[in-house]
Amino acid sequence: MMYAVAIVAIIITISLALVRALLGPTVYDRITAMNMLGTKTILLIAVFAALTGRHDLLDIALVYALINFIGVIAVLKLVEQGNLYTAGEKPNEESE
Amino acid sequence: MLVDILSWICLMLGSLLGIIGGIGLHRFPDFYTRLHAAGTTDTLCAALFLVGLGLQMGVTLASLKLLLIFMFIYLTSPTASHSLANAAMIGGLKPVLGK
Repeated sequence: MMYAVAIVAIIITISLALVRALLGPTVYDRITAMNMLGTKTILLIAVFAALTGRHDLLDIALVYALINFIGVIAVLKLVEQGNLYTAGEKPNEESE
Repeated sequence: MLVDILSWICLMLGSLLGIIGGIGLHRFPDFYTRLHAAGTTDTLCAALFLVGLGLQMGVTLASLKLLLIFMFIYLTSPTASHSLANAAMIGGLKPVLGK
């Protein structure tokens, strides 16, 4: 019962974030919504692992947390700099 | 019994915070306020969920994994929010002021 309510709440939140990711006027809104969706997916996997008693699913949740963070940072770098190969400094204005 | 009640409270508070964050994504006027709604509720929502699940599981290997997930989300969620705001600021998105 407790887990079912939690899963329904997570799915409602995921739906709201997905609608924002589809509607979002800027690309940053979309990335925010996808970041939130990833976090809620981790929680969904964790609650599902506790619900079914399959505790090996928690490893998948941990890996999903790692991939979610790396993915958000990579997409942000791609949006901000236009490529993935530039080093830390900002690109020059006159060279573009 | 007490552990069950505490776990129930944690899970329900986490669910409530998650839904509040989802509503905040839709009701705020511009990107930075939406990021505030999503980013601040995200960490505490995850923390409450994982604490509630950990109370149910007791001291096992599974709760150690939950602790690892919690520590990772605790470190990376504010980092992702900060770099999102930083990227939006560098990208030239202006916040809506004076409303």
